[in-house]
Amino acid sequence: MKKIEIEFTINGKKRRLSVKPNDLLINIIRNDLFLTGSKYGCGIGECGACTVLLNGEPVLSCLTLAATVDGKEITTIEGLAIGDELHPMQKAFLKNGAVQCGFCTPGMILTATALLKENPNSTEDEIRDYMRGNLCRCTGYIQIVKAIKSCENNLETS
Amino acid sequence: MSTNTKILTQEFEYFAPKTLEETLGLLCKYKDKNTKILAGGTDLLVKMKTINLNVDYLINIKDISELNFINTDGGLKIGAAVPLSHIERVGKVKEKYPALYEGIKSMAAIAIRNMATIPGNICNASPAGDTIPPLIVYSAELKLVSKRGERTVQVEDFITGVGKTIIKADELVTQVNIPEINNNSGSAFSKKSRVKADIAKINLAIWLERDGNFCKYCKIVLGSVFIKAVRAKKAEDLLREQIVNDDLFIKVAKKASEEIKPIDDVRSIAEYRTDLAQVMVEDSLKLAWGRAGGEL
Ligand SMILES: Cc1cc2nc3c(=O)[nH]c(=O)nc-3n(C[C@H](O)[C@H](O)[C@H](O)COP(=O)(O)OP(=O)(O)OC[C@H]3O[C@@H](n4cnc5c(N)ncnc54)[C@H](O)[C@@H]3O)c2cc1C
Ligand code: FES
Ligand code: FES
Repeated sequence: MKKIEIEFTINGKKRRLSVKPNDLLINIIRNDLFLTGSKYGCGIGECGACTVLLNGEPVLSCLTLAATVDGKEITTIEGLAIGDELHPMQKAFLKNGAVQCGFCTPGMILTATALLKENPNSTEDEIRDYMRGNLCRCTGYIQIVKAIKSCENNLETS
Repeated sequence: MSTNTKILTQEFEYFAPKTLEETLGLLCKYKDKNTKILAGGTDLLVKMKTINLNVDYLINIKDISELNFINTDGGLKIGAAVPLSHIERVGKVKEKYPALYEGIKSMAAIAIRNMATIPGNICNASPAGDTIPPLIVYSAELKLVSKRGERTVQVEDFITGVGKTIIKADELVTQVNIPEINNNSGSAFSKKSRVKADIAKINLAIWLERDGNFCKYCKIVLGSVFIKAVRAKKAEDLLREQIVNDDLFIKVAKKASEEIKPIDDVRSIAEYRTDLAQVMVEDSLKLAWGRAGGEL
């Protein structure tokens, strides 16, 4: 298989890589770039654990060919904090006990940041609807919804 | 056979053309091979992983700017590279084409909708595809282009069976065209599934045109009840050119549920689907009628 040269930005840094046509983005991110925050859960689009932001929008890296991100901008959970300062959504998850095993958390937080950008005043129903593709086996979602809601309010007052 | 969905084992050649011209050239050159268009990949990659769908040449159309447009002058024209989430954010879609809006919103979750496209949903030709009943009731057509020329086909005539369409190997769906909608009309979409992000047990779309308390014209399309989405034509006949009232809607809904031929599968048994269809058609008729400005 002919390798493909791609260039993209990940968490603000430009990267050039040579990938195979059948390389999945999730594996490039985890195994080649050692950004292991993004998780492999189901591999078929059902769980959201592999969510990353592509040009600012949540997508599933388990169903994305690495070759297709040529020229694009990717943000993973590792790219949200600024230095040691966590992103407000990360703080909100910690403060509200929205993390248990943490497996769903990277995808959950990235999706939640996109929700906040799209609709900074969502109701609980809207939050649950937007987050419906990110599954959590631990928390029962209540703390997650609370965290997102609290983050909304904080962003409004800050 | 056990499947490893973590990797993609099969090998293929990948192309990312930047123009339509280039894409049609590739499709023509490789028309006798296992060549696939890659749009969002949300059906294709799942199939390549789980049922080992064979692909030798893969053509990514997502970066072709000519296919990335939404035009709202006189109806709707949507390019084949536009993700579903961008369509649902267009005000005119929600206002004028609520069945399409609701159909799209019902699909999967935001990350999938940021990737997936309408032509992908139609070409995948699942009987449960959620954009299909809305597009049929709105008389949407697809523009098919190849090196040989172009043609337009109604969505209703495009799909012929489970995973089967009339597209030729060298053709590309470049856009979906939906005609302008009359102000006296109303439409609705309904879907029942196990949980919200799931595939439909039944989905349906209804569109009707009102003239006072008459129903001038209507279309009722149900999905997941046959090898492809189907029109309940006998039910439509009962409603057309009639004075609308509660009783008539109940009769029309009953007729629609008798017309369909659902099957037993993991998602539901046929008998349940028949009963469910009746309730869903009745509710959606009322909703569409109300949206057309009608009263009961
Ligand atoms: C977790 C999950 C949940 C889902 N939920 C739903 C749901 O609720 N409702 C629903 O209807 N679907 C659902 N789907 C299925 C899928 O997301 C949709 O069918 C989607 O619209 C497919 O679009 P795509 O752009 O990703 O298609 P792709 O996977 O890129 O392509 C699908 C097929 O169409 C062909 N194709 C694509 N574009 C063109 C074109 N322009 N011209 C010619 N051929 C083309 C491809 O070659 C391929 O054969 C779900 C999928 C997943 C993984
Ligand atoms: S691993 Fe990608 S959605 Fe589950
Ligand atoms: S915290 Fe364990 S899956 Fe969500």
